[in-house]
Amino acid sequence: MTPLLELDDVHVWFDLGEGGGTLHAVQGVSLSVDPGERVGLVGESGCGKSTTVLAAMGLLPANATVSGRVLLDGVDIMAGGESSFRPHRWVDIAMVFQGAMNALNPVRTVGSQIVEALQLHGRARGEETARAKALLESVGIPAGRAGRYPHELSGGMRQRAAIAMALSCNPRVLIADEPTTALDVMVQAQILELLTTICRDFGLALVLVTHDLPIVTQLCGRAAVMYAGEIVEEGSVDALFHEPRHPYTRLLFAATPDLYGNGGRVVSIPGAPPRLDRALEGCPFQPRCDRAFGRCAEERPVLKEVGGEHVAACHLNDVAVGSIS
Amino acid sequence: MSADGSGTLLEVEDVVVRYPVFRGLVGTMTRRPKLAVHAVEGVSFTLSRGEILALVGESGCGKTTTAQTVLRLLDPLSGSIRFEGRDITRLATRALRPLRRRMQIVYQDPYESLDPRLRVRATVEEPLIIHRIGSKDERAARVSDALERVELSPPELFLDRYSHELSGGQRQRVAIAAALVLEPHLLVADEPVSMLDVSVRAGVLQLLDELRRAGLGILMITHDLATAARFADRIAVMYLGRIVEEGPAREVVRNPQHPYTKALLSVVPPRDPRVRREPEILRGEAPDAVHIPSGCRFHPRCPIAVPACQEEDPELRVPRAASSSDHRAACILA
Amino acid sequence: MSVVIQEPGLSEPAPVPPERGGFLWRTLRRRKSAAVGAAILVLLVLGAVLAPWIAPYGLHEQVGPPFGAPSAEHPLGLDDGGIDMLTLLLWATRISLVVGLAATFVAMVIGGTVGIVAGYFGGRTDGVLMRITDFFLVIPELPLMIVVAAIWGPSLFHIIIVIGILLWTSTARVVRAQVKSVRERVYVKRARALGAGHTRIVYRHVLPQIAPLLIANTVLTMAVAIFDETALAFLGLGDPTQISLGKMIENAFQRAAISADAWWAIVLPGIVIVLLILGCTLMGQAFEDRLNPRLRIAHIGAKTFRLRPLVGRGSDAL
Repeated sequence: MTPLLELDDVHVWFDLGEGGGTLHAVQGVSLSVDPGERVGLVGESGCGKSTTVLAAMGLLPANATVSGRVLLDGVDIMAGGESSFRPHRWVDIAMVFQGAMNALNPVRTVGSQIVEALQLHGRARGEETARAKALLESVGIPAGRAGRYPHELSGGMRQRAAIAMALSCNPRVLIADEPTTALDVMVQAQILELLTTICRDFGLALVLVTHDLPIVTQLCGRAAVMYAGEIVEEGSVDALFHEPRHPYTRLLFAATPDLYGNGGRVVSIPGAPPRLDRALEGCPFQPRCDRAFGRCAEERPVLKEVGGEHVAACHLNDVAVGSIS
Repeated sequence: MSADGSGTLLEVEDVVVRYPVFRGLVGTMTRRPKLAVHAVEGVSFTLSRGEILALVGESGCGKTTTAQTVLRLLDPLSGSIRFEGRDITRLATRALRPLRRRMQIVYQDPYESLDPRLRVRATVEEPLIIHRIGSKDERAARVSDALERVELSPPELFLDRYSHELSGGQRQRVAIAAALVLEPHLLVADEPVSMLDVSVRAGVLQLLDELRRAGLGILMITHDLATAARFADRIAVMYLGRIVEEGPAREVVRNPQHPYTKALLSVVPPRDPRVRREPEILRGEAPDAVHIPSGCRFHPRCPIAVPACQEEDPELRVPRAASSSDHRAACILA
Repeated sequence: MSVVIQEPGLSEPAPVPPERGGFLWRTLRRRKSAAVGAAILVLLVLGAVLAPWIAPYGLHEQVGPPFGAPSAEHPLGLDDGGIDMLTLLLWATRISLVVGLAATFVAMVIGGTVGIVAGYFGGRTDGVLMRITDFFLVIPELPLMIVVAAIWGPSLFHIIIVIGILLWTSTARVVRAQVKSVRERVYVKRARALGAGHTRIVYRHVLPQIAPLLIANTVLTMAVAIFDETALAFLGLGDPTQISLGKMIENAFQRAAISADAWWAIVLPGIVIVLLILGCTLMGQAFEDRLNPRLRIAHIGAKTFRLRPLVGRGSDAL
């Protein structure tokens, strides 16, 4: 089966202007998403996950240089730049941006903003308003609220409105960037439930970008862990938690507290991610790794298969003796 | 030690805090009723030295307001606050000043809580200057000592830095150092790690834990139940201005008695993909604190509400199914 | 630009020195317009300051016929009294600058104080101060000056006071807005929680934040002050005993310079005024521009929804 969306060896460089050099923000990321599949893209701030998905939508700023391919149904939509992205944006791939709920236009009602999205893409001609109301209902906002302004709605409602906007043109892939970060845990649960429902009902594929591991393990079947601009491990969420093959994945889970205390002490990872405006030698995680050995400082590991559909970039996987866990 | 000899640091009783809602010109002219935000509606708790109490709840529940009132950064409408045995509820600013040395606060945002124009040395030294403590040399020694205690070592490496040169975790440690330099007895930590990367949080929390062991009493505000469960001694769950459940952390998490606590715990996503909890997702969101429901304030959203819940506003008492006498919940069905 | 030090326990990185020089200096270096403006001003100020030494002729020395044309000895011509124009211009710039600076100083002191007090204390104090500000805002300057001149006599001192009184209001508003926003910053609240008194907070935390703004505003106010002085002098409300650039133009008009075809008597002082105002405006606007992009930064950060530079600082990169 051809993946619905595929990123192939995507690199992104940012030009930092006078005296700043170049920031290699995304270093060869490949990711594939099948129709209807839910994939997580996990990492902490600065790892490049948001930049990666913005690259997939062709929404990077002017000082960015991108290489690699972004394939939709097997066709590279990045090859032609803006003109090849535009026909697919929102129509095939849509995104709920980070902080979208705070980025709604404050002087227009939520209903009219959805109508605007429909009009821009020439959808539901003649019945934009009805469709906008239907969309709002489908995300749990009563149609009567279409006439409300964003500031009249709560955080959770605004996030739902942002999701409705993303769904307006019936995309096949939805990218959600930190969809629940600023929300309370109960509202978070509502939004996650909503995402699950709409993906199921509309047959959408979902790319969930977040730093919050537990929501990925609950919502997604597969996930990729990013560090310093590259994917360091990818596999089923079960494998990532129970058999991590990269120390960062293991430590990241260990740093996330569990309500009932299962799994021992909560750890922290000393140090900070490396600067991406300089060339890196060896494994980018090596300075912070608790299992690093000689080779790690010299040779940069590449992603290799470590089990069925499970890849990791760590020299420890090559070592016959000893394991990661 | 407090005036009455026990280790009790803080005794808060029935504190009420309300904010008036601005009516505007039209509102005043049409004589709309004066509304108020009932931020805190009768909260009571105690905190001892060497203990971490976590105030947990969703946004709007009043936990931050409670913390600020306890420090007298806000004035309560009624109720009493006793710090180390002394009633500080109505104390004037001037009299409060010397007490401020013993109660400090650390804020949520490490990027905003430090003055960007000051170096680390100046930030940590400032409290000493404000309270006129020590000579220049003594202050320098205390500053270095405080930095060591927060594990920013060697201090020389950090003293001359500006805050924008440090990572989030380091900034938060600087903020804690600035709070510690006065040798406080009480520390209020308002969401101390929620803006930090996950991999850095445990380090800062463990630091707080060590300070607790050294005798500091910590009131920690957080919305993250898992953090509260793992790092706090006691948890108090707040909803719309009231504490609806409180008790030893382990107890509250493993044996919740209030339906709100139960629901909240059930929606915390587990790390392990093989664990499937049945999340009890409450509909809607908490009503705004201007219009508090009658009777039990949780009844409109409560999955087990009965007609009596609309009438009676329950008190905190020990539920039947509790396994310890310090575990209390405000529910007539518990 | 700056480096992130490793979390405790790791080796030290090479420290990067912070950018040298304050806000002003950096703006001058970065923006051409600011540098040009500064250069113009420096030139004119130097000329004015050194007037007693570099003026080729005496200020009251008649060296030729009224409205004498420009010649080799007097490249800028002569005014209506036969006095060398270059000499006059140097001395007149002095007066214009003195009035401009002094009036700006008055405006800054009053406006700055009102702005800080209103912004910091808020509430009723703010309300009262703002109503006072509004009152001053609507006073028309010409009638005021005419009245003052009529009652107390026109003098340099009175002009300075009048202009200062009329200009402080815009500074007050701008400062108040900024102080209000700084006051809400978490580190200010923290200082209060620590027990710091108001004076300390204003001095240590508020002033440094509003200083760049104050400077930008001062420079722009100077431009207006100089213009105001010129206008008042031109209308005959200036000090009759002092020659300012405005007075020069007024004199020229009064003595029918136009019909005598003595363009130099009118145009030259005009050019100097324009240059003075241009210099101030260029510098002031460059400062303001530098301030604005700082407040509006490129992208929304991960957990905080605060705007952060697109290229990261600390752990908030990208």
